[in-house]
Amino acid sequence: MSVTVEKPGKPAAAPETARSARSLVDAVFRAREISIAGALLLLVLFTWIAEPRFLNDQGIKDLLLNAAILVLLAVGQSVVVITRNIDLSVGSVVGLSAFACGKFVSGTDHGVLTVLLLGLLVGAGCGIVSGALVSFGRVPALVVTLGMLYIIQGVDYWWAQGEQINAADVPQSVLDLGSGSVLGIPYLPLIAFAVLAATAYVLRTYRSGRELYAIGSSPEAARLAGVPIRRRVLGAYLFSGAVSGFAGALWLARFGTVVADNAHGWELTVVSAVVVGGVAIVGGTGTVWGAALGALLLTTIGSALAVLKVDSFWQDAIAGALLLAAISVDRIVRVRMTRALRKRSAR
Amino acid sequence: MKLRWDTAVGVLLVAVFLTGLGTTDGFASRDNLAFAFNDIAEVALMALPMTLLVVAGQVDLSVASMLGLGSALTGQLWDAGWAFETIVPVVLLVGVAGGLINGWLVTRVGLPSLAVTIGTLALYRGLASVVLGTGAITDFPETYAKWAVDTTTVPGTFLTYPVVLFIVLAAIAAVVLHATGLGRSLFAIGAQEDAAYFAGIRVKRVKLLLFVVSGLISAFAGVVFTLRYGSARADNGQGFEMLVIASVLLGGVDFDGGKGTLFGAVAGVLLIGVLKNLLTLNDVANEVQVIVTGLLLVASVLTPRLITTVSAWRHRRAAASTS
Repeated sequence: MSVTVEKPGKPAAAPETARSARSLVDAVFRAREISIAGALLLLVLFTWIAEPRFLNDQGIKDLLLNAAILVLLAVGQSVVVITRNIDLSVGSVVGLSAFACGKFVSGTDHGVLTVLLLGLLVGAGCGIVSGALVSFGRVPALVVTLGMLYIIQGVDYWWAQGEQINAADVPQSVLDLGSGSVLGIPYLPLIAFAVLAATAYVLRTYRSGRELYAIGSSPEAARLAGVPIRRRVLGAYLFSGAVSGFAGALWLARFGTVVADNAHGWELTVVSAVVVGGVAIVGGTGTVWGAALGALLLTTIGSALAVLKVDSFWQDAIAGALLLAAISVDRIVRVRMTRALRKRSAR
Repeated sequence: MKLRWDTAVGVLLVAVFLTGLGTTDGFASRDNLAFAFNDIAEVALMALPMTLLVVAGQVDLSVASMLGLGSALTGQLWDAGWAFETIVPVVLLVGVAGGLINGWLVTRVGLPSLAVTIGTLALYRGLASVVLGTGAITDFPETYAKWAVDTTTVPGTFLTYPVVLFIVLAAIAAVVLHATGLGRSLFAIGAQEDAAYFAGIRVKRVKLLLFVVSGLISAFAGVVFTLRYGSARADNGQGFEMLVIASVLLGGVDFDGGKGTLFGAVAGVLLIGVLKNLLTLNDVANEVQVIVTGLLLVASVLTPRLITTVSAWRHRRAAASTS
């Protein structure tokens, strides 16, 4: 099953032209990821030339560590966005799960795996509530997950009561996960990469993964084709929640210090990363690879601006302008492509 | 009779208000009422254009950032010795420019408004911090500040001047949305954009106009916020976009577009405001207030759905028993 962009007035092409048209569209989508990777490469090169320390051992490590958590969240979010939904509660889930894990380990030594599992479960719990409301309540995802954002955030603040978990309370085994590395590559980016690769594989290869795209492209068509829409959407939210909770546990490992409003406001950064990465906000298209590249690009812009000693006041403005530029260029290219395709099939 | 959600929110608002009068000392005092409504003045102002946008199937996430930019500019220009009478038009122009950027990207480039305004959310907030940095400018004179603080009310009432402005703008917005061709075209665009276009509605121009009005009012809300707190900061109103959207959606305006009333949106805004005040007076922790907001929001979309499901089920059962 191949996925094409939904466009009003898409030409009804003969099978052969359709096939070549499809491969052309595929090429554009692949080019989408290549162009983000290219932008990323240029950015890194430029910064490196201006400030060679940007790419020394510590610099690379910092880049990867900074990106790891956002990449995880972007992977979870893409799976939801592909089904034409959105999960605004991810930032508060990270906050709640980080605090829950911090509270759990504080003063006592539980194994690292138990902590990660706890984070995962907290997140999965939140995800299943959002997912059930969206899929079985059949209500707009944005409203429900905005509500969940407030509810989870409130619960987190209420529980924390201004309390803070300090690195001194967190057992060394957990902190080691955040700072340790294998062959010079820190654990966190490795974990993020593993989750990314596994998700990409499932989305690409498994029937259930393809069905997510079908739901996003056209819910009505997916329903008629017998796709279990509710179960798939619930699954997407469960996954996004679990990944966010997992990211919360990693947050604890990385920073050691946890307050109630960790990752506050991250939901919009995550959605930006996904959008920059070419996952259409209207569903049906995009890959988690693209989303992960988007996340990497956003965090790298931040690091590069810091290394280049650009006034930190400019960072938000530049990030916003780049996001707008990225989605505009993408849109313009796609419109041109569609026009070109229409001309070809008209011939 | 079918219960409409916006009526239900209105009734809930009255019920909460009466509960406040009956149970909480000090709720009915002039000072408290003035404070309660003035406290949400900016959110309420920004909720008006947001209602029109959401009815037309659009959203503007950049409103709170534009508020911040408006606030930062007000402070910086005041610090540079400009007259307040010059500052306000300049800030409003910046708001219009911001709205034009949003509207242009949505209508000309053809991007979804959610994606565009996530970008400008970062951009305008970033520009606000470029303008003012992390500092604050606080020395606004009484002559200007008094128009926004909650101790200055219209004589004989508990209505502060920002709230009066809100009432006037809400009346205008209600007339536009429910009694003009432009208003009907918003519902048409929200329900079926292509159909609206083929019916002769200038979809792009209408959308552009909405984003411009949203930018304009958000920038003005920045001036109000600055004077109300007597403090211009780049991070003023951070996160308000969520509260504005929550208020509008709570009032039964359908996020998918095409449905909703201005009455509902206003009731939603006021409900959040009155509830917040009432909970604060009763020493309910801020965290619980956040949870209540979230629960209300979820309930606001779930309840109408539940009512439909239950009535459909009863209908089916009745039909089954008669046959």
